[in-house]
Amino acid sequence: MTAAGNPAVTGVGRPIVGGRRLSLTWVGAVPFLAYVAVFLFLPTVIIAAGAFFGENGFTLSNFANLSRSYIVTATLNSIILSAVTAVAGAVLGALLTYAIATGNPKGVVRRIAVSASGVLAQFGGVTLAFAFLATIGPAGIVYLWMAEHHLNIYGNGIWLYDLPGLEVVYLYFQIPLMVLVFLPAVDGIRPQWREATESLGGGSWHYWRYVAGPLLAPAFLGATLLLFANALSAYATAAALVNQGGPILPLQISNAITSEVGLHEPGFAKAQAVVLIAIVAIITALYAVLQRRTARWLQ
Amino acid sequence: MIRGRRAKLQVFRVVAFILFGAFFVVPIYSMFEFSTRGIGNAPRTLDNWKAIGTYPDMVAGIVNSLELAAITSIAILVVLVPTMVWVRLRLPRLRRVIELISLLPLTIPAIVLVVGFWPMYQWLGNNVSDSILTLSFAYAILVLPYSYRALDAGLAAIDVKTLSEAARSLGANWPTVIWRVIVPNISSALLNAALLSVALVLGEYTIANNLLYPNLQVSLVSLGRTNAGVSIAVAVASLLFAFVLLIAISFVGRPRRMRSEVA
Repeated sequence: MTAAGNPAVTGVGRPIVGGRRLSLTWVGAVPFLAYVAVFLFLPTVIIAAGAFFGENGFTLSNFANLSRSYIVTATLNSIILSAVTAVAGAVLGALLTYAIATGNPKGVVRRIAVSASGVLAQFGGVTLAFAFLATIGPAGIVYLWMAEHHLNIYGNGIWLYDLPGLEVVYLYFQIPLMVLVFLPAVDGIRPQWREATESLGGGSWHYWRYVAGPLLAPAFLGATLLLFANALSAYATAAALVNQGGPILPLQISNAITSEVGLHEPGFAKAQAVVLIAIVAIITALYAVLQRRTARWLQ
Repeated sequence: MIRGRRAKLQVFRVVAFILFGAFFVVPIYSMFEFSTRGIGNAPRTLDNWKAIGTYPDMVAGIVNSLELAAITSIAILVVLVPTMVWVRLRLPRLRRVIELISLLPLTIPAIVLVVGFWPMYQWLGNNVSDSILTLSFAYAILVLPYSYRALDAGLAAIDVKTLSEAARSLGANWPTVIWRVIVPNISSALLNAALLSVALVLGEYTIANNLLYPNLQVSLVSLGRTNAGVSIAVAVASLLFAFVLLIAISFVGRPRRMRSEVA
């Protein structure tokens, strides 16, 4: 970034006419660059550098601490939660996408479904947690109605405040996100391809197995990865729903910085943040690769 | 055979829309129901809604978040609009870099960012100000990608170069070009970006909670521990407000997009 912001570096390949004017031109980008340097790059540097430093200089103890059993459990839980909600969200979202895509492309149903997905994919956090508490919480309307009809969903204890509850609640934003990401790919499928399959004597099975399936596979996998990263990064919903402890990694990071539970361990929080961002970065890179594959035939 | 498939498809679509519709509508309906519930077998009441004003911490949280939303949405425009216009006109080589930087916060989870903010806000609190309004600096980073996209779409729909050259040849200076020529032409994109920022800031919890600042969502969670009915009433109110904003965005965005398609 600093290299790009420095005229001496990027200006080399180009004949400089009137050096003073050129440097004045660069001044126009300074406020923005200065702001992102302080509030985007400085925090990143603080995390990356801070993870390797303790009170006595360079140390790897922050990373060694990641082997604490509750952190290992939280990391595994985070990965399980993200994987479950990514796969379930992708499958259910794909069904909904198919239902939307097979309708009238200019119809009201489609327009409502698409705008609702846009809103609901962003709908997370405290309000979402409250919505599910009001629905299937111990005083929620659906829970009370089911209890009246002798259906006890909490036979083995209240799972809403724990991982299974998070899985259900996360689907509320994962499914709409899948619709948003996957719909363009499904729209790219031409009816002519199905007709071509049929004229060659193929049935529904052949069409899905040999034509639509392979075409949609990269888009589907890519969307699943995006959903995985999305669930992994989510903090607010879980924080509002889970009353105690830290079953997932984002909640453990929060515990380590705010010292609400246990010790204030800033270096340790940074090491956990590095782990989280590393997983998200790998997933995002894979997503970008698959996205490029999809884009090849989508136009 | 084809007719049979059509019928099956229609059945699938109807069933899918009913089931998914229920999954998405019931939780929101349940919040309405919960917030208007009477005590015991009492009839429906708006008592929870009327009681919102009697919780000073909650009111303070709402006011804090509204102020943050106003400051953030204006600040990001003040920083971003001149930069984007300037880069389009005079520094085209920087455009990719600015875009990359602007979209970067999308890939960094807020819970990670807040770890880096923690020491910075400790320093700010000790040396500059411990006001909650300093959160605007962090929030501007959160809304940066969304504002960038909205403004980029707006600027792409007009001919920035011709407009500004025409204004310059008539003797306008750069601030005049931006304020009196560019801004009126991208007004819907500006409104779009501002409304998105407001919606995002009002819903923000991660950063405020971890930096220990009581914004709307943080106050909501602590009120939820003492009075669930009132807290859910506030949640419904903020949700309605966000929906109104987002519907407004969908109306603001439309005419501009249609015009650019024609052009």
